[in-house]
Amino acid sequence: MCGIAGIVFADSRPVDAERLADMIAAISHRGPDETRLLTQPGVGLAHARLSIIDIDGGRQPMTTDDGRLSVVFNGEIFNYLELRDELVARGRRFRTRSDTEVLLHLYAEYGDRLVEHLNGQWAFAIWDEPARRLFVSRDRLGVRPLFYTTAGGAFRFGSEIKALFADVNVPRRLDLVALDQLLTYWCTLPPRTMFEGVEELPPGHSMSVRDGRVEIRQYWQPSFEPMETRSEAEYVEELRALLADAVRLRLRSDVPVGAYLSGGLDSSVTSALAQRAVGGRLRTFSIAFDDPRFDESAMQRDVASWLRTAHDEVRCTSADIVRVLPDVVWHTETPLLRTAPAPLFLLSRAVRRAGFKVVVTGEGADEVFGGYDIFKEAKIRRFCAANPGSRRRPSLLRRLYPYLPTLHQQSDAYLQAFFKAGPDDRQSPFFSHMPRWTMTSRIKSFLTPDARAAAAAAGPQPPAVPEHFRSWDPFCQAQFLEMAQLLPGYILSAQGDRVALAHGVEARYPFLDVRVVEFASRLPTRLKMKVLNEKYVLKQAAAGLIPESVRCRAKQPYRAPDGDGFATTADYARELLAPETLQRDGVFRPEAVAALVRKLRDGRAIGVRDHMAVTAVLSTGLLLEQFVHRTRRVTHASVHAPVAPVHR
Amino acid sequence: MHPCTRPLRQFIADNFLFGEPGAAESLGDGDSLIDAGLIDSTGVLELVGFLEQEFGIDVADEDLVPENLDSIARLAAFIDRKRADRVDVSPE
Repeated sequence: MCGIAGIVFADSRPVDAERLADMIAAISHRGPDETRLLTQPGVGLAHARLSIIDIDGGRQPMTTDDGRLSVVFNGEIFNYLELRDELVARGRRFRTRSDTEVLLHLYAEYGDRLVEHLNGQWAFAIWDEPARRLFVSRDRLGVRPLFYTTAGGAFRFGSEIKALFADVNVPRRLDLVALDQLLTYWCTLPPRTMFEGVEELPPGHSMSVRDGRVEIRQYWQPSFEPMETRSEAEYVEELRALLADAVRLRLRSDVPVGAYLSGGLDSSVTSALAQRAVGGRLRTFSIAFDDPRFDESAMQRDVASWLRTAHDEVRCTSADIVRVLPDVVWHTETPLLRTAPAPLFLLSRAVRRAGFKVVVTGEGADEVFGGYDIFKEAKIRRFCAANPGSRRRPSLLRRLYPYLPTLHQQSDAYLQAFFKAGPDDRQSPFFSHMPRWTMTSRIKSFLTPDARAAAAAAGPQPPAVPEHFRSWDPFCQAQFLEMAQLLPGYILSAQGDRVALAHGVEARYPFLDVRVVEFASRLPTRLKMKVLNEKYVLKQAAAGLIPESVRCRAKQPYRAPDGDGFATTADYARELLAPETLQRDGVFRPEAVAALVRKLRDGRAIGVRDHMAVTAVLSTGLLLEQFVHRTRRVTHASVHAPVAPVHR
Repeated sequence: MHPCTRPLRQFIADNFLFGEPGAAESLGDGDSLIDAGLIDSTGVLELVGFLEQEFGIDVADEDLVPENLDSIARLAAFIDRKRADRVDVSPE
């Protein structure tokens, strides 16, 4: 995995190589093995490399022999060997074994439509010298990030926003509309980012830049066409074969591949398939918590022992989370509502120290096959709303969120009140997500009136949905919202790319193989959630692969302890939560935060909402100090590779 | 005004509204705390802890229903009923 950056001017003025070097140096943690630059009149490309495939031949920026095309590429094209064979059969000659060179030949062959041939996770930029045009693309589901700005008289892009900020011409201002989005959806809605003037290329989109003009085109988005075309057994068999092949492709690497193991169904399946494919003993890694409410280490060890993997665990406490949060925000470049990215940051550090650069993980299965409780919740709420007078239907709400004890201490009447839906609500395209968004939006009561007014000035910001969205069944609608928003905006970024690449670790996601995703999009909904049995078809496909105790256990989502010590133990928190700091920034109301801090200190803050609020306030403060005011230094030391400039 | 209204309103303002400008004032005595987005499952438990400590009543599991707890007026009436029950069960 790597980091990429670049500058394109509308004319042929020279690019300042030193400035370009600063951009790539800002993200060299993504690719600590080697950093190289390419500058030509009007364009500069930069690459920080994490060497995984074709260690000697895969150096970037890579240019075709005729000098017409150059590329910087972050990610992996997992089907590159098959694509290479096809291209060779069409008469193309290769000089390396890398997937990077495959991109250049594919572009030469198919132009912008090359993306349709790719099975992988990517963000890349190809400079087409004869056309004086930059082509930029991001993978279908948003595994790899790509940010850009046209501020400062040029088109600048980078894998992370800090690469853009390395150029002093790019302004640093918090976007309050983006904060409002985050305090609703848990993430910003691309192209908006937390910073004014900095944009994110949305997943499934490509863009071109020529003569200073930027054009963006969507080439893919999640779509659902469930149809009954075969028996349940045939679906199960097909899924098993697809997953095995998705894992096989994701083991393609010239360095050893490990696996994350959470103790749940999804990562147990990917680890089991990887263990079968590697031939030797797979190395697995997991997070253990001292707090038994979150700890799954017993289950993790059971699976590791059953699969006979060589297993390592990283123990994480609430104090660890408090300690690393500033570094985590530096890497995620966004406020956070939950602390869950922090343990994953510690996990990737341990993986890297163990000598691994690549891991296979189970993310994506809950979105693709319908595993989250939000799908179950929507189904039950809809069922209850269809017969509001029923006394028995609300008892189904007891099946939700078994890991939230306070919810289960409630009476049926309260459960019904919490999850109630009116007849009008059922018509909403966002029915499934309204409770989550409403609950999260309560944090906005901490915003100052000025901040609220600035956010409100932009008007309502509903997520974009496709033309056919309303014709899909409600389960597929809910899946779309998860796959198009939270998956790229939080799971694959704050909990994925950003915390893994903080330590130069590349995560690979078999459940997000395009063939698996498209298989699931055609799967009858009843096979995703059979009555209230989530990920039904995946559980069937997992039979014999993993222990029955894991295959049949209730969904236990990955959760991390709250940073209980934020308000009392961390110096940075005391500074950031202080009234004078809040007054200076003008984002959150000092008196409201003071009341929240008192509640935390007194041990009266027992709810998710209070913990989300303090995490949001603190992480927004960290973001401002690290990126806008630049008054806080990051403690996390990245490994910087020497810069090797290439001028053509 | 019911004597419990003021401390109840203050508790809600401090713990669920965090001094949100105008919010405590605009919350009517009969307004649903759930519909106003103020109470979630942990909020109910916070509220129960406050009732027991502040008003010296015991809240049983079967009392945990919105009919008893979901507005300032319902809470005040619930406190009255619990206090009356306490008197009723004293030995003759």
